[in-house]
Amino acid sequence: MRPLSELVATAASEIDAAADLAALDAVRVTYLGKKGELTARLKGLSDLPADERPQAGQEINKAKQELQAQINARREELDTTALEAKLAADAVDVTLPGRGVSLGGRHPVSRAMARIDRIFRNAGFGIRSGPEIEDDFHNFTALNFPENHPARALHDTFFFPGGNLLRTHTSPVQIRSMVEEGVPIRIIAPGRVYRCDSDQTHTPMFHQVEGLVVDRGISMANLKAVLHQFVESYFEREAELRFRASYFPFTEPSAEVDILWEEGKWLEILGCGMVHPNVLEAAGVDSEEFTGYAFGMGVERLAMLRYGVTDLRTFFENDLRFLRQFR
Amino acid sequence: MKIAESWLREWVDPDLGTEALAERLTMAGHEVDGIDYEGQGIDSIVIAEVIEVARHPDADRLSVCQVNDGSRKTLQIVCGAPNVFSGMKTPLAKPGITLPDGVKLRKAKIRGVASNGMLCSAIELGLGDESDGIMELPADAPVGESLVDYLSLPDAVIDLDLTPNRGDCFSVVGIARDVAALTATEMKEPVFETVAATIDDTHPVQLLAPEGCPRFAGRVIRNINLSAGSPVWMTEKLRRAGLRPIHPVVDVTNYVMLELGQPLHAYDLGLVKGPIRPRMAEKGEQLTLLDGKEVKLTADTLVISDDSGAIGIGGIMGGFGTAVTEETRDVFLEAAFFTQEIVGGRARSYGMHTDASLRFERGVDPEGQARAIERATQLLLAISGGDPGPTVVETAEDFVPRRDVIRVRKSHVTRLLGVEIEDEKIVDILERLGLSVAPKKGGWDVVAPSHRFDISLEVDLIEEIARIYGYDEIPETTAISETPLEVVTESLIGTELACATLVARDYQEVVTYSFIDPDANRRLTGVDSELVLGNPISSEMSVMRASLWPGMLLAASANASRQQDRIRLFEVGKSFHGSLDNHEEVVRIAGLCMGPSLPEQWGSKTQSVDFFDIKSDVAALLDLAMDSSTIDYSPVEHPALQPGQAARLTRDGQEIGVIGKLHPRHQKPFDLKREVFMFELDAAGALASQAPKAKSISKFPSIRRDIAVIVDDKISAVDLISTVASTAPDLISDVRIFDIYRGPGIEAGLKSVALGLILQETCRTLTDDDADAAMTAAVKKLEDKFAAQLRE
Repeated sequence: MRPLSELVATAASEIDAAADLAALDAVRVTYLGKKGELTARLKGLSDLPADERPQAGQEINKAKQELQAQINARREELDTTALEAKLAADAVDVTLPGRGVSLGGRHPVSRAMARIDRIFRNAGFGIRSGPEIEDDFHNFTALNFPENHPARALHDTFFFPGGNLLRTHTSPVQIRSMVEEGVPIRIIAPGRVYRCDSDQTHTPMFHQVEGLVVDRGISMANLKAVLHQFVESYFEREAELRFRASYFPFTEPSAEVDILWEEGKWLEILGCGMVHPNVLEAAGVDSEEFTGYAFGMGVERLAMLRYGVTDLRTFFENDLRFLRQFR
Repeated sequence: MKIAESWLREWVDPDLGTEALAERLTMAGHEVDGIDYEGQGIDSIVIAEVIEVARHPDADRLSVCQVNDGSRKTLQIVCGAPNVFSGMKTPLAKPGITLPDGVKLRKAKIRGVASNGMLCSAIELGLGDESDGIMELPADAPVGESLVDYLSLPDAVIDLDLTPNRGDCFSVVGIARDVAALTATEMKEPVFETVAATIDDTHPVQLLAPEGCPRFAGRVIRNINLSAGSPVWMTEKLRRAGLRPIHPVVDVTNYVMLELGQPLHAYDLGLVKGPIRPRMAEKGEQLTLLDGKEVKLTADTLVISDDSGAIGIGGIMGGFGTAVTEETRDVFLEAAFFTQEIVGGRARSYGMHTDASLRFERGVDPEGQARAIERATQLLLAISGGDPGPTVVETAEDFVPRRDVIRVRKSHVTRLLGVEIEDEKIVDILERLGLSVAPKKGGWDVVAPSHRFDISLEVDLIEEIARIYGYDEIPETTAISETPLEVVTESLIGTELACATLVARDYQEVVTYSFIDPDANRRLTGVDSELVLGNPISSEMSVMRASLWPGMLLAASANASRQQDRIRLFEVGKSFHGSLDNHEEVVRIAGLCMGPSLPEQWGSKTQSVDFFDIKSDVAALLDLAMDSSTIDYSPVEHPALQPGQAARLTRDGQEIGVIGKLHPRHQKPFDLKREVFMFELDAAGALASQAPKAKSISKFPSIRRDIAVIVDDKISAVDLISTVASTAPDLISDVRIFDIYRGPGIEAGLKSVALGLILQETCRTLTDDDADAAMTAAVKKLEDKFAAQLRE
């Protein structure tokens, strides 16, 4: 019988040489299995004289533990190698595109409108809407456009037989909201409006956002503040504005607001003013007690400036190649 | 309105350059649309006389002219203008000169003939934008003199976009008054001496419609001689204002209108029959106007008439029959006051737009008539001679607008503008505007001059104070509001979230027109809408849409023709229903898909979109609503949709929309080659929601059992599911279909449906016996109701 140390050395080299888990297990069976060599030696202890047994037993057990530890270490090694091989085989081309649908997008006008909504909502404005097929009273008369007033000629109006019309601005919502809710009131009214005009810079349908604040002591200074803050919020930058005297029948004083744009050019971006007392009275509001401001902005105009769109008409051509630039 | 700066400066001459002046006008509400600088870069242009005109030997359209430029020599110039004639005075550009458009002139041979310069048109010289050939100068223009000196150039023509409330600014004097107030500059108001009558002749005027024409100033002038044209200083001012010289009478009336804002008219006195009577027209009365146009009058039109009938429309245009011509010897000048109410909208109703109607519609000074007559007489006599009679002003005092006293309260000025302006400043502003101001307790009593007929309320005065004070001087102050916070509802899903959901599912939003083609509307909705515009842009855009689909199909078609094969669109907008008297507007959400269901990709097969693709998109939208109500899809016949692939959606019995495949017969009109699937939902119905109500979650495990049954092919999925679920509603928490099979092994007309049941109790753990009992009951019910066979 060869010495135990030789056996351990041989076994150790066989463990090292085992190329896979099966080979390693074969080595384990050879030495540590039920019929294995070390197991046999343990069984053979009884043949030794009684005084030699404890030491021999200790040595065999130590050798057994040693080999078991080596086998475990080797198994772990082999496991790791096997996992690495499997992972290597599982590698994907991470540059391939993902599976499934892509993303659609909002229309740029809606995008701008949603942005305007959000800004005013954050400032505590409510959102209101009104009919697009309007009557003459709400679109004109109540807004201080008497019949045959030359200001009516500035609105190229679509008419229906019988006298109704497509609203030419979102201002009728001022009247409807004041009549329904009373004052104080602080709202915006976004929506579609229509003018009978179609050329390079006009489309027969476009979008406006109307604003109305009526309360005790509302002043033109308040109007200037809110619009300046709005414009800076919308364009996300400091902006220089100028308020130019103008005329709308439903506000007095009235102003058009220009923003200082590239190359020192002033660009008109909205119209505004203090609500005319005749309008307040038409909506049943006491103009001695309440004052208010109103403003109206063209959403297409603001979208063009914000997103660098140069041709108004592209908004209504719905060309996917154009629309996909927006989300 | 176009106004020459030099003319304006004759009336007021503030210490401001052209640009600064324009800026002040713009800020004060008279928006400057543009400034044309005339006469710049044409210093070397001289006045020449054409001595001889001969045909070019080799070109029919060209003439060979001999031209005198004031030096001794005669220049030969080839000219292409049709209006050149021998004896004509015209501007000449000599070789070496660069014209305003950048063209440099050289001696040249044109078709073999030497040409030593160019005879110029007004456009080539940058003088206006009209010309029919080379510029014809008056016969007495001095040959050899510099053109800019002769025409008193350079000058700036300022184009003003006047607001409709400021009719008083439609003249040189009107703008001058505002400039004077804005810049605190004195007016240089020229004094027009009244022209004494040299004859006694007058012509009778009877104010038969005093509410529309309460004042009429008239004057007879006899023995005028129209052989001499208007002087160049006058025609130049007219030209710069955009008017062509005609003959002295017309030129003078136009000149006075531009200068003072009062439109005038001149009648050939010899052609007027009997007294002149402004009166209301009779319905259907006919009149031939100055421009030859025949009109049939409406009864709300004020006409000027004589014994022969209508001879002009008051404040709009004179008649052809009494018009002044070059043969006219005796004229009757009219300067009348027509009210805004009587002129407003009338010109438009006859399809006309005149300088006079423009002014009367916006209002003219009710006191300015006599002055205009005097000014016109003075100018006309200087040009054409003649013997003036006395100016006669007929007035119906009761109908002439009065200026009322208006109280302006200091506290209201401060309240509305948000800035306290000193009393002295307020008074100064009002007085600069020509208003008379008397101090009262807490404010002032103010009377506006007759030309400021736009001022009638306190707020009109506050606006004037703000305008002259300067909007820029008003501070920015954030308002403190009493308005309560808005209620934020959970009873309706916001359209923003709905849109975001569709965008996440690969839909691109479009915005299509609310008015569409009536045929398409009818074909796709089955409704012949009454909501048709009276004045549409075109017939394809004339009816209010009853569905968003026609517009979206047009958009899809346009994109398909631009090589887009995968199209997925949605739109949120209104559809319009009902009658002209009683219409309804419904906000809808509509979607459209065609082409592959997924973008082309390596990991999935390309498959055309089908009903169930868009159904899952609709379901996702509807799932946004936290609502316990059930949505039912039931087969429907719809004019737009293919039978068998169309469903109506109801929520608790209420219709909320439709979904399906576009009927193939509709593809051709839209030039669509691929199948189209669409949905259209009523936003209010589809997005109705409520605040979620939490329920406790079962702590006990669930059991899944699967069965497959063979049933008639016509039995719907929803019937199978609801039948199974109803056998033990407290126990069966979910039923799903996970396979449907037709084909070998299954008889034709039948299908095999595999159902998965999830069983769960909230208070105990289920046993297999519980589950077995439930399954037996479910199978029994399916057998009884649908003759289903359990598939082993």
